[in-house]
Amino acid sequence: MKRLLVLGAGTAGTVVVNKLRPRLDPAEWQITIVDQDACHHYQPGYLFIPFGIYRRRDVERPRRDFIPAGVEMVLGRIEEIDPQAQRVTVAGGRHLDYDYLVIATGTHPDPSQTPGYEGAAVGDGIHQFYTLDGAVALYERLKSWEGGRLVVNIMEFPFKCPVAPLEFTFLADWWFRERSRRDKVEIVFATPMSEVFTKPVAARHLTGVLESKEIAVETDFYVERIDADAGALVAYDGRELPYDLLVTVPVNLGAEVVARAGLGDELNHVPVDKGTFLSTQHGNLFAVGDAAALPTSKAGSVAHFSVEVFAENFPRYVEGLEMLERFDGHANCFIESGFGKGLLIDFNYDTEPLPGKYPLPGIGPFSLLQETVTNHWGKMMFRWVYWNLLLRGREIPLPAEMSMYGKER
Amino acid sequence: MPTANIAGRDIALNDEGFMTEPTQWTEEIGTFLARQIGIDPLTEEHWKVIRFLRSDFDAQGETATLRRVSTVAGIGTKDLYTLFPGKPARKMAYVSGLPKPKGCV
Repeated sequence: MKRLLVLGAGTAGTVVVNKLRPRLDPAEWQITIVDQDACHHYQPGYLFIPFGIYRRRDVERPRRDFIPAGVEMVLGRIEEIDPQAQRVTVAGGRHLDYDYLVIATGTHPDPSQTPGYEGAAVGDGIHQFYTLDGAVALYERLKSWEGGRLVVNIMEFPFKCPVAPLEFTFLADWWFRERSRRDKVEIVFATPMSEVFTKPVAARHLTGVLESKEIAVETDFYVERIDADAGALVAYDGRELPYDLLVTVPVNLGAEVVARAGLGDELNHVPVDKGTFLSTQHGNLFAVGDAAALPTSKAGSVAHFSVEVFAENFPRYVEGLEMLERFDGHANCFIESGFGKGLLIDFNYDTEPLPGKYPLPGIGPFSLLQETVTNHWGKMMFRWVYWNLLLRGREIPLPAEMSMYGKER
Repeated sequence: MPTANIAGRDIALNDEGFMTEPTQWTEEIGTFLARQIGIDPLTEEHWKVIRFLRSDFDAQGETATLRRVSTVAGIGTKDLYTLFPGKPARKMAYVSGLPKPKGCV
């Protein structure tokens, strides 16, 4: 009996077991998946919680509901990965031996990476929406906030769901206008990059959207520390950015257990081949989803598309055959822009987000890099798609490989 | 693709002035590029950063980020801002003849 062990039952890990169980003979393959807690979160939904659009119950489901029959689920904190002994230890001392290991432990906000972020002096001025508890606390804060300067900042790249901080500013603009409080709120978006987005065409479009919504932008702002007593972000180049309410994207780090096993880079993400996700160090180890160090977005769409490629390759790889499919870095993100509208971007390692129609060329129904009502509804319906189709590994009529059809250069 | 004659050689540059062929780089070219952006002279501290960037690029195929330089080479971000003031990530890459680091989307 061969043993496949998957660490992490988030988007990537859950889709891996759903795609691989039917492809691997149950008489030959035992599949086990480990996670530290019992609750699966629809993370794209966190964005909507501060504005009261979603509530806690909208984004939580039991992980077990998405694990197929024939896959053992182990609940417990992962204490140690030993690639030499091919063994993982979970809390309580249980050992899980493996022949093949898939690391899908994600990436997580780590406030401790920024001096001044944690501690008694922080008070109620510093928030983030990258955890469910954080998003709920921000909902409570926004309800009673009197106004002032709202600063939305990014501490470090890469971080997961790279469009979410922009979306947050768009939604905040909409939310305060709806409540006739926009004149009491100044919104500032601060990023360590030189532009609001890393790819030039999308950056131009998004800069236009920010200007139309009167959101100020502070670029090249690389935060050294938070001065919580003064209520200001302090950048390495000496600039200070005062805030009344700070909504930050903390530094994102991969799982600490990955670092302890010597498998991580400087951010604890696992270096892998960007086409096949095979570890650069171990021939029986893969990393998928946000846990992998890939030069594309850390996003659910990437986790989904990349696992489709991985699931085609893995049964061949274990037979000693060449992996035929190569991931192209395909990412696809709805960008909620407020007032019931949204944008959509579709891109890969080599092609930046371009305008056009998606997924059907010339027809859509979605429009790339344009604010439309249909894009907004695509984003809202996606939660159903996620719970009912995507996580369960069912077919979604969106190919894993990016297409140039329908895009305009 | 523009080229410039630096230290007697034709060097390929992109429209932002970054070298596009890292193999064409020499320490002499590095010194020249540093002078272009007002860093003169290059001290031993500068060279430590440049050598790390060069060897890391050879191994990884990508230009190291500020965080990577601080975590892997042990040169603090504050020091990098002192050595290459303003926009250190871009300036370090420029002087080292490497592409500017990609901020991943």
